[in-house]
Amino acid sequence: MILEVKNLNVEFTTDDGIVHAVNNVSYKVERGKTLAIVGESGSGKSVSSLAVMGLVTGSNSKITGEVFFNGRELVGADPEEVRKLRGDEMAMIFQDPLSALHPYYTIGDQLAEAVQVHHNVKEAEARSRAAEMLTKVGIPSVEQRMDEYPHQLSGGMRQRVMIAMALINGPELLIADEPTTALDVTVQAQILDLLRELQKEFGTAIVLITHDLGVVADLADEVLVMYGGSAVEHAPVREIFYEPQMPYTWGLLASIPQISAKKAQLDPIPGSPPSLLNMPKGCVFAPRCTFKDQVPGDACANEFPDLLAVSKDHEARCHLTESQRTAIRTERKIGRV
Amino acid sequence: MFPYIVRRVFVMAFMLTILSIITFLLFNAVPTDPAMLTCGKTCTPDIVAANRIRLGLDQPLYVQYAEWIKGIFVGRTYGSGSATFECSTPCLGYSFRNGEEVTTMIVDALPVTLYLALGAFILWMLIGISAGIVAAKNHGKWQDRTIMGVSLIGYSLPVFFVGLLLLVFVVVRWNLLPYPDYESPFDDPVAFFQTMLLPWITLAILYAAYYARLTRSQMLETMGEDYIRTARAKGLSERVVFRKHAFRAGLTPIVTSAGLDLAGLLGGAVITEYIFSLPGLGRLAIGAVTEYDLPTITATVLVAAVFVIVSNLVVDILYAAIDPRVRLT
Repeated sequence: MILEVKNLNVEFTTDDGIVHAVNNVSYKVERGKTLAIVGESGSGKSVSSLAVMGLVTGSNSKITGEVFFNGRELVGADPEEVRKLRGDEMAMIFQDPLSALHPYYTIGDQLAEAVQVHHNVKEAEARSRAAEMLTKVGIPSVEQRMDEYPHQLSGGMRQRVMIAMALINGPELLIADEPTTALDVTVQAQILDLLRELQKEFGTAIVLITHDLGVVADLADEVLVMYGGSAVEHAPVREIFYEPQMPYTWGLLASIPQISAKKAQLDPIPGSPPSLLNMPKGCVFAPRCTFKDQVPGDACANEFPDLLAVSKDHEARCHLTESQRTAIRTERKIGRV
Repeated sequence: MFPYIVRRVFVMAFMLTILSIITFLLFNAVPTDPAMLTCGKTCTPDIVAANRIRLGLDQPLYVQYAEWIKGIFVGRTYGSGSATFECSTPCLGYSFRNGEEVTTMIVDALPVTLYLALGAFILWMLIGISAGIVAAKNHGKWQDRTIMGVSLIGYSLPVFFVGLLLLVFVVVRWNLLPYPDYESPFDDPVAFFQTMLLPWITLAILYAAYYARLTRSQMLETMGEDYIRTARAKGLSERVVFRKHAFRAGLTPIVTSAGLDLAGLLGGAVITEYIFSLPGLGRLAIGAVTEYDLPTITATVLVAAVFVIVSNLVVDILYAAIDPRVRLT
């Protein structure tokens, strides 16, 4: 087990009150496997990963729970110890590679720096490792690119550079925060292929943060669906697509355009995500849930359902009974029915 | 980088040309007759007419402009016959009020302003930038609040108020320093520093306050950038993140501001020079204005504008040195 997150909570104190960005989130990632964390903006998916990396540092933030990385507890650990792990044993890539790379330093400098933070090697050695890694991620004419600045590369090339920089020290865990969102569709597929190849080669565990279920289907082994700072469904990737158990996941699936679909319109999820300042008392998804009337006694509005096992390895939060869910899925043709 | 500099230099030459034309037209737009002004007490229309010819004012404007420019580059000769006198290169004109070549007056005043501006500049950049960094690093804590509070006061106080206050207390009441009396640093370094200290502080208080605020907001903005998060994700220590990744990026607007502020002062820190009786460009300009000394006014305007344009060039080059993206455009 590379990463084990237990009951992770992240709170931010703001002038408007306490923002509960992440609430009791737990997951595990095994060596060489990929966990996709899926959710819309503000669902806490990015914040939870930044917290794992020790990058939530503001004096107004509070992190509780447990994060075990290779068996080491990171929550409450000496920041200096966590810093040494960052970029070495665990690494992260971000959504927009243009803003994530420093505009004033050359590609070669930025990669060599990543090597030299963690390894006591000479500049020349660091640069040759950088060149090697850039070749590996498919950058053409590396020698020339090394002396170029991020703005001189294309979006896809920049993300390759980011990946090279993240993997240069051979981390065991890579957190990829929407790695393809800012890229052209054709380039997206290339980047995903690259991630898959590198994962195979290095045995890196990947936490993939995304809202794109196409990317999930492509890369993930396991999926954690987040909504309003909480995990609402957690299952192997096939189950999420074939046996989804939670109305929010259904909504996500219904929002994917399908070539085979007969109707011309997509079904968006009505309403907007909850404010993390004033969380609803009951189920976080209740205000937007189409099926809450089927649950007797206003339970959805009053009580937050537990994350309960539906089958082996599959958990979901929902007050609907299993037969109700099956009926709805059959009627609406959600998943494999 | 080199083509970029060449391009900027060309732009600068073009701007200087435009500027000299505007300055020259300014000279001619003033509703006084220079020939009249040079006439003296016993003035007759004949003398005015003779003066007009002697000063070349009877010529069309473009000829006068050409003469003026020629004077700057190769010197010029006023009048003819027995009333001839030479104005040597670079000739910015002849001040009949003072009976002196304008160039000589400028050359005498320039070092004073230069020392004043540069001294204050060094002082305020050191104080302002370090205070701004301390405030940014301790964002929201008491250090930040103290620095911002003090700088707000410093920024609000007008130069004449601070200057007079310092003069009254440090010199008059407490006798800590002798009354300002400018001496060249090469003749009497002690007197020079004693005179310049208060003017430096006066200017530095205003500008340091501004630069502290500017540096702080720049650093806070830069620290929120995505590439700073990347730098942290690489495992760089906060020190390296701040010094190598954030500071350089936050520096660009500070460089721009600094260049323009320094240029503004080099054109003459009028109020400060006046309060501390410094014979610099600012005092020269004010004196010229009150006496209708047109050639001197034109020359001081030109010199001040040249400083602004040249410092713009320096800022542009520094900008390109800091930010590689600028080099391509």
